[in-house]
Amino acid sequence: MHSSLTRIAAALVATTMLAGVANAETLRWARASDSLTLDPHSQNQGVTHTLGHHIYETLLDRDVDGNLQPRLATEWYLKEGDPTVWVFKLREGVTFHDGAEFTADDVVFSIERAKSEHSNMRQLHAEVESVAAVDDYTVEFQMVGPAPIYPNNVTNTFIMDRGWSEEHDLQEVQDFASGESNYAVLNANGTGPYVLTSREVDVQTVLTAFEDHWAEEPPAVTEIIYLPIADAATRVAALLSGDVDLVQDVPVQDIERLSSTEGFKVETGPENRIIYFGYRFGEEPLRSSNITDSNPFNNPLVREAMELALDRDAIRQVVMRGNSLPTGVATPPFVNGWTEELDAYPAPNVERARELMAEAGYPDGFTVTLDTPNNRYVNDEAVSTAFVGMLGQIGIQVTLASRPVAEHSPIILANESDFYLLGWGVPTFDSAYIFNDLVHTKTETHGTYNVGLYSNPELDEKIISLGTETDLDVRNQTIAEIWEVVKADRVLLPVHNQVLNYAMREGINLAVHPEDQPRMTTVTFSE
Amino acid sequence: MLAFILRRLGQSVLVMLVVAFIAFMVFRYVGDPVVSMVGQDATTGDIEQLRTRLGLNDPFYVQFVRFVGNALQGQFGISYRLQQPVSQLILERLPATIELAFASALIALVFGVVLGIYTALKPRSFSSAVIMTISLVGVSLPTFLIGIGLIYLFAVELKVLPSFGRGQVVQLGWWRTGLLTESGWRSLILPAITLSLFQLTLIMRLVRAEMLEVMRTDYIRFARARGLSQRAINFGHALRNTLVPVITIAGLQLGSVIAFAIITETVFQWPGVGSLFVNSVQVVDVPVMAAYLVFVALVFVVINLIVDILYFIVDPRLRDGARTGR
Repeated sequence: MHSSLTRIAAALVATTMLAGVANAETLRWARASDSLTLDPHSQNQGVTHTLGHHIYETLLDRDVDGNLQPRLATEWYLKEGDPTVWVFKLREGVTFHDGAEFTADDVVFSIERAKSEHSNMRQLHAEVESVAAVDDYTVEFQMVGPAPIYPNNVTNTFIMDRGWSEEHDLQEVQDFASGESNYAVLNANGTGPYVLTSREVDVQTVLTAFEDHWAEEPPAVTEIIYLPIADAATRVAALLSGDVDLVQDVPVQDIERLSSTEGFKVETGPENRIIYFGYRFGEEPLRSSNITDSNPFNNPLVREAMELALDRDAIRQVVMRGNSLPTGVATPPFVNGWTEELDAYPAPNVERARELMAEAGYPDGFTVTLDTPNNRYVNDEAVSTAFVGMLGQIGIQVTLASRPVAEHSPIILANESDFYLLGWGVPTFDSAYIFNDLVHTKTETHGTYNVGLYSNPELDEKIISLGTETDLDVRNQTIAEIWEVVKADRVLLPVHNQVLNYAMREGINLAVHPEDQPRMTTVTFSE
Repeated sequence: MLAFILRRLGQSVLVMLVVAFIAFMVFRYVGDPVVSMVGQDATTGDIEQLRTRLGLNDPFYVQFVRFVGNALQGQFGISYRLQQPVSQLILERLPATIELAFASALIALVFGVVLGIYTALKPRSFSSAVIMTISLVGVSLPTFLIGIGLIYLFAVELKVLPSFGRGQVVQLGWWRTGLLTESGWRSLILPAITLSLFQLTLIMRLVRAEMLEVMRTDYIRFARARGLSQRAINFGHALRNTLVPVITIAGLQLGSVIAFAIITETVFQWPGVGSLFVNSVQVVDVPVMAAYLVFVALVFVVINLIVDILYFIVDPRLRDGARTGR
């Protein structure tokens, strides 16, 4: 029975493959969730940006190695003699999908819109004081102060046409509290390589190549059918059955099977996302511990013991099935400031860890609760469970509190967790982004995710200086100094960087994008 | 009669209010919608500000009263996840769910009745035993596994049916139907079977039990004694008397098929209200969740109301009671 099934299946695979080559220009692309909105400045979220990059364009872009590339801007530099002004020279001869010409005025409009009150992109442009068009193809950004790395922040801010936007009353970004939906949520007019043909939310979105796009080479994929499939098993089945060509968000347990199935392959690459454990600093006793007169995590010896108890390689092999890059520093390798030296991590040493615990005054260990999400990162709950076992070996009795991310996030953001797991992506590819949110003392504007309430005024001062230091050598030196303290203090306990996997049928080539924002313009077909 | 219906309507409104109230209480424990709305770049100040603007910092009863007030005017707000009006989202997806629910109800009814009769008429045959055993498996396996199993068999191995989605659809006014295209029909088969299995087994066992019961009654014996044909006895007398409770149960089950197609819709990426609800729960999209639960309550309330009115018409005791004012 089974062999005949396989034979029929093989025959059918052969026919679909032939059909696939005959109209190779259409690509059916599935991932776990749909873009939330087409409004370019409403959501700062990877899945939404990914689709956005096919319809709209940004001033600058990033290649798969994480380097800045020209896009709508061809040159960008600090204005001579004034380090508070960034100049962007724009590409000429670019048109929007409706035929309107792209000019500096559209950039001014879009950046102002991205900075407006209801925009979720506004934090990335918080340092911009004003934007002005010098001529049709030159824009000057007046910054609040020197902002040496600001161009890193424009890679996900899309440029809209002022005329089209004003015609449809889109000066304001979608406001959730208004009770009404704006035109840009379901309609789009960008300069991007693909035009929106149809969109049925959560079902399918069809894009066709934009004939008047400025790129010299038209993309190999002339039509994209984007299909969100929420269930992981169904997503994989859809690829195996030939109903889709490319699948993102491949579950780790299916990777091996897919790569060994004939006619399919899996592309793997590091993701710009670090997974780490955080803990509560300060003298105040923990909420969930049996130690009621002090905070054991505040003792550097305890933190060292915990790092020695953490067997990162075991987590990689057992929990992640080889799909992670263990690391000793809380930054992904693409990010400015990362070094191999920082990345190194100590070999686990339970004996030494036990000695340290005794030395710290906790020979019998202590109890604590670990808060972990269970649907946000790859095998997040399993990573936490593994660490619970490892900590048990040095006497730290951990109760695991596992919750969906929608419940986990509010708890940690309210500083109510003693010990937690979190992941962090670095969209600016610069260490300052990590320091601002994870290391700087928690205030209204900084340290939003520094939920362990670490506070080091000396570091705070250095972190703030990174925002305005224009001498890049000095700045990089400061970054290195900060990392040294962060690592020595064990402010965070990094576990690994996630790895991304894209599965596709044989004959399609697509490299993994570090921000998980693959561009279908980079797809090539081979026999 | 009118008084009876009015009283029933009053009770229905109360039920809906209670459902909305409970739903609102539960939402407070599902998580915080704002965190997933703002992204990781937002500052503590931004988060707090959005929460205030959405009214999420108001006390629970204020939020509830506001919700009921808006709902009475037909306003359910916009989805936090998709930024579109909630009533529009639900209306757009309703046809998919209704077509799936009716298709699976039809399968359940036809196969349930036929197999029920067969197993009742030949209770000791080998094939009856096989059917009964398979039906047990059908009930005890979770819907999720059945769905994935069918996908792997028919889509991955045999490649005869699509693995997900609804196929091509045709717009008829506001109703988006998949029943007018070949791919739509092909897409409907697997999810409809998956969703129908539980009801099918239920109806089959009900028909079997009722039929066995009826076959033992005096009037069937009398019919046999009259020398009527086996066929006339089985279908003309036995089956007709069996079907009364079956129709009642099947009608009531239709409500739960519409309301609880959630898992089937998720497994098959079927674009109905059930999968909309699942996607909304993950990001705590309160406006959609609230509207969905009220909608489900409405479905049950309406079906029950119709059943009650039918009883009223059918059952003379109820009718007489109403006439005399009880």
